[in-house]
Amino acid sequence: MKQKTKISDVLKENDQTRRNKKYNDYVKDVTPTHNILINLVNAYWVGGLICVLGQFFINWFMSMGLDKETAGAYNVLVLVLLSVILTGFQLYPKLAKLGGAGTVVPITGFANSVAASAIEFKKEGQVFGIGCKIFTIAGPVILYGIFSSWVLGLIYWIIKVV
Amino acid sequence: MINNTQVGKQSVTFGTPTYIIEESSIAGKKEGEGPLGGYFDEVEEDEMCGGNTWEEAESRLQSRAISRLLKKAKLEPTDIRYLLGGDLLGQLIATSFGIETFEIPLFGLYGACSTMGESMSLGSMLIAGGYADKVIAITSSHFASAEKQFRFPLGYGNQRPLAASWTVTGSGAVVLSKEKSDKKKGANVCVTGVTTGRIVDYGIKDSMNMGACMAPAAADLIYNHLKDFNRRTDFYDKIITGDLGYVGQEILIDILQEKGYNIEENHMDCGIEIFDTDNQDTHAGGSGCGCSAITLTSFILHKMRKEEWKKVLFVPTGALLSTVSFNEGNTVPSIAHGVVLEVM
Repeated sequence: MKQKTKISDVLKENDQTRRNKKYNDYVKDVTPTHNILINLVNAYWVGGLICVLGQFFINWFMSMGLDKETAGAYNVLVLVLLSVILTGFQLYPKLAKLGGAGTVVPITGFANSVAASAIEFKKEGQVFGIGCKIFTIAGPVILYGIFSSWVLGLIYWIIKVV
Repeated sequence: MINNTQVGKQSVTFGTPTYIIEESSIAGKKEGEGPLGGYFDEVEEDEMCGGNTWEEAESRLQSRAISRLLKKAKLEPTDIRYLLGGDLLGQLIATSFGIETFEIPLFGLYGACSTMGESMSLGSMLIAGGYADKVIAITSSHFASAEKQFRFPLGYGNQRPLAASWTVTGSGAVVLSKEKSDKKKGANVCVTGVTTGRIVDYGIKDSMNMGACMAPAAADLIYNHLKDFNRRTDFYDKIITGDLGYVGQEILIDILQEKGYNIEENHMDCGIEIFDTDNQDTHAGGSGCGCSAITLTSFILHKMRKEEWKKVLFVPTGALLSTVSFNEGNTVPSIAHGVVLEVM
């Protein structure tokens, strides 16, 4: 077991960099954190339920005669719509408080981050508010998502050529 | 009576004390449902306060705090020489828009959540220096406007860490005066001294753990205050910090214990008092300029006017967090301001 940093060690330290490091260690010990196991379990079943819901829509749409790809596209539309509606009614944050990554990772989390920004910044106008700030949270996902798919495409192309 | 004097490294005392002749507090719905709910002058149920934006809502809180304050004190805006105020938003927009109709000369202040201490310190100095007979000190914060500026849009779903605090919606204001109030409303409460804080930075970068960022600043302030005035901790009935929360309180007591001062018995933190963390889900406690401001102008001054507490060291604490410096990888520097309140 690593020994706990005591506040006396922090205060006795004259070197500022070392003192700050010791203080950070000390703070880490006294700061309560969420129980990671409970969080994992909640993320698993909440995220799982969202996926089950998605599968239900796909199966339902296919039973109505759509092919798998089109049913998938309609499923995405419905999940995004549901997420945006829940965001508008301030319910998605409540779900996210429980589900954590289980609500962030599925497409509903992406939709939530876009809708929440749009609602929040609407007051600053259509252009400088919604227009500029709608992707404040989702922007990095879009940028690096496209970038990494480009890199993967490049690798795929090199392997094919070689 | 001693004259105005500089005391020790960073404190002053006043030859004649500055009287807090009136106070007003307006709180949001959640604060109204909290343990201090019964002490506020007004609880605003509408989170927009009848406005259109969060910023406008916060401005309206300030405006109404001042209107109520003037009404309670039976004063006109022209009776007030200076207004000292600030808030958490960029360019102090809640203050600028909130107070503009009163046409009182203004000093706009930024001390993050320590602003109430800063405005009362400077207000007392203005009066003690003879530059004003009456000044108003005011601050505000609003949960939603603070979330928008410092964290995420309200509708965004994420998990708040347990060390995170909940920004208080509310505005508190006081009238500081050279003369005591002639109308009877309990004991006279005065500002008799001030200790001004310096920036203290122990290298914490976690903006979701502001208690840990601010605790060393509060400890530094309290330590230097006691040294400057050569006082023991039991001189005070209460030593009251602004918004350290549960994490910060533990660290503060720990640091001061190590430095030879035990404040465990008489320490109180406004952030811990203002919410019931078990039932209101506020994690580490309340924060924001409004946290210490509305606790002072309701609960603390109520206790002092009833003479349950006669000497209080009021220490609002501020984490000088900026989203820009945070994104640039910087730490969260902090400050605290100490105001000595005494029943006279």
